[in-house]
Amino acid sequence: MRAWRELTEYPSAIVGLLIIAVVVGLAVYTLVTMPYGEAIRLWRGGEEVWQDYPKNASPSWTNLFRQSDLPATVVLDTRAGTAEKSLDRSTPGITDATLDFTFDWTADYFPQELSLFTYASFSEKQPFVEVTWFTPDDREIKVADLSSKASDAYRFEADASLVRRLKGVAPQRALLADPNVEELTPLKGQYRVRVTGLFFEDDGDLDAKLVSYGQVHGMAGTDHRRRDLTVALMWGAPVALAFGLLAAVGTTITTMFIAAFGVWFGGAVDGLIQRLTEVNMILPFLPILIMVGTFYSRSIWVILGAVVALGIFGSSIKTYRAIFLQVREAPYIEAARAYGARGGRIVAQYLVPRIIPMLIPSLVVTIPTYVFLEASLAVLGLGDPVLPTWGKLINDANENGALFNGYYYWVLQPAALLMLTGLGFSMVGFALDRVFNPRLRGL
Amino acid sequence: MTQAAVTQRADEAAKLHRQARISTLSRLFRYSATRLVVLLITVVIGIYLTILIANMGGYVDEIRKGSIRESISISVTLNKAYQNLTVDQRRTLISDLVAIEEGRLGLDQPFAIRSVRFLKDALTLNLGRAEYLTSDSGSKLVRLIILERLPPTLLLMGAAQLILFVVSIFAALALSRSYGSWADRLVIALAPTGAAPGWFYGLFLILIFAGLLRLLPFGGMVDAPPPSDPTAYAISLIRHLILPVLALVLSSGVLTIYNWRTFFLIYSSEDYVDMAKAKGLPDRVIESRYILRPTLPTIITNFALILISLWTGAIILETVFNWPGLGRLNFRAINLYDTPVIVGIAIIYAYLLAITVFLLDFVYALVDPRVKVGGNGGAQR
Repeated sequence: MRAWRELTEYPSAIVGLLIIAVVVGLAVYTLVTMPYGEAIRLWRGGEEVWQDYPKNASPSWTNLFRQSDLPATVVLDTRAGTAEKSLDRSTPGITDATLDFTFDWTADYFPQELSLFTYASFSEKQPFVEVTWFTPDDREIKVADLSSKASDAYRFEADASLVRRLKGVAPQRALLADPNVEELTPLKGQYRVRVTGLFFEDDGDLDAKLVSYGQVHGMAGTDHRRRDLTVALMWGAPVALAFGLLAAVGTTITTMFIAAFGVWFGGAVDGLIQRLTEVNMILPFLPILIMVGTFYSRSIWVILGAVVALGIFGSSIKTYRAIFLQVREAPYIEAARAYGARGGRIVAQYLVPRIIPMLIPSLVVTIPTYVFLEASLAVLGLGDPVLPTWGKLINDANENGALFNGYYYWVLQPAALLMLTGLGFSMVGFALDRVFNPRLRGL
Repeated sequence: MTQAAVTQRADEAAKLHRQARISTLSRLFRYSATRLVVLLITVVIGIYLTILIANMGGYVDEIRKGSIRESISISVTLNKAYQNLTVDQRRTLISDLVAIEEGRLGLDQPFAIRSVRFLKDALTLNLGRAEYLTSDSGSKLVRLIILERLPPTLLLMGAAQLILFVVSIFAALALSRSYGSWADRLVIALAPTGAAPGWFYGLFLILIFAGLLRLLPFGGMVDAPPPSDPTAYAISLIRHLILPVLALVLSSGVLTIYNWRTFFLIYSSEDYVDMAKAKGLPDRVIESRYILRPTLPTIITNFALILISLWTGAIILETVFNWPGLGRLNFRAINLYDTPVIVGIAIIYAYLLAITVFLLDFVYALVDPRVKVGGNGGAQR
């Protein structure tokens, strides 16, 4: 309690605790709202999950720093009632479907892509689908004649004949451009896209979805596979916390017990432990983890086990040993021996509890190291194969040249979260160090 | 006192002095030799452990056996000469060939024996042949591939470590002098930022200096194509070196300065420092003789630990900066699943760490008076 009161006297500790609280809150919120299976399904999903999401779109909040806003994604779907549909079955053997998509364009920029997804129900013959584009200044542009399968995707910019008719200008620009202005600028106003379907049977039915992909999307933006980055950013929190905490606790506690045993039993045991520590210092930590990752398993839990195993004889043994050597001579230990306590009991009940206060700061300070270690491995391409993590986002971004291509948000968001988590624990750890380490208190 | 007596006494003093110097040298030598022997044993054990881990209890051998069997069955099936063999004949032929190939690679011996052979190979840097990667000169020997990549890494790490050490010592001394100033408080406040590794700062540096300002290159070691003029080459090299070195110094620097400043402050509150101050000695003498001198061994031990973490941290830093060194090679080997190269790099890193530890031990012996005087503390670290 006294320690707690002293800790709150450090402003950095309070800031650190607040940061930790926020990250833990995010982790809990994530676990509650997006269970493990759901996150994996979303993150590993392909076109079927992320069809309506733009590629490499910046987060919406980047609009706050721009003079004119980048457009967001617009989805118009007849099935959702955001577009009109009428069916004409008056002629026997023929069904006429007319679909109207109306939207207002107010942004100063063009959409990233335009796509039309058609869903036709027919029994034998594929329907003819005709797409026509009406601009606010009443121009009528014929976009395409298609024959639709049961479910089909028409991507405007991939249609070579449309691009040719639009004089080589990408359709998502040409269709929205103001014809009276030399430079390509969007013409603001109400656009209408008419899709007509001609079925050669009585009960054909056509539904369609028009997607104008925006240049910004959601809270966090999207990646090269149209995935919403919020999934990975949110799930990164519990993963990072679990990995950091478990690795820090695992290594600190095993190291402490080994140091205690060495000091208590002395002689050959102590010598062996000391030599092993020296060997451990030469073992290349990261290359060994890389070997485990490449040859054996990339699962985050296997890597965690390897980290703890390699950390058992870490260099902190020397620090703990120095403390235990002092504690060993304390009178209460002698008293315990006098009543006949054996080695194991003395180590577990007398030596170890004594240094736990000194242990807490170093434990908290090492958490960020492991949080960043997970990210480091992910950056090397050894991230967990299924879990989305912050490190894997940075790795994806790096592999796709995010910094070079100007997709800064892709790197900055996971990096900011990593930094925040690291700083939070580190600030609290430093303050704890001062509280528990009287020698540092005045400094 | 006669003239002769005075000369005799002076002679004796000189002799004693000489003896003392010789014994200091011999102690230094003995200490270094002992450390070297201990370290060699440590390296052997360390590399043996690395081999054991690299093999994951026979796991890697299984992979290798599988790939041998696969490639032999494919070659037998495709070989026209074996077309008219029966299925059974072909099967025995394949298993014979597999046995021969496994014998050639030594896979038929028990692991205990093989591991000793691996150890000998590893210690003599006989690291085998790469599966996919080649060196720039076209060789497939892992040793050549690695040695070719070593100079860039040594250049980067050497520059970073030197700058880190010099900057940290001077900054820490300056801060301990102006204890409580705004700069001191800033370092205390920023000390937690040392939690992030170098590559992490590298990302931000690339973003700012290469992405936004377009001042420095995104990565690599020299411009492409490399300038032929030596001066231009050096300038291009330095331009590429700035960001990675800065990233390393930023990530380790603040924390190092903070730690060393604390050491200095603890030592400057010792009585003998007050005594020196009372005698009216100038600040610089107090700093170099009374504060820096006794803290140096501690600082060097601390620096050794920093260096060890820097070595491994450089793997990712090189990947992020596209620096053509060992780390980048390791990254490529991971992506190509080139087993011999990955294991070879781990072994080279074990060596590099051992050399670092030895060099620092040697410097430690130079600055630690206990080694020179021959107290019993000298043999321990």
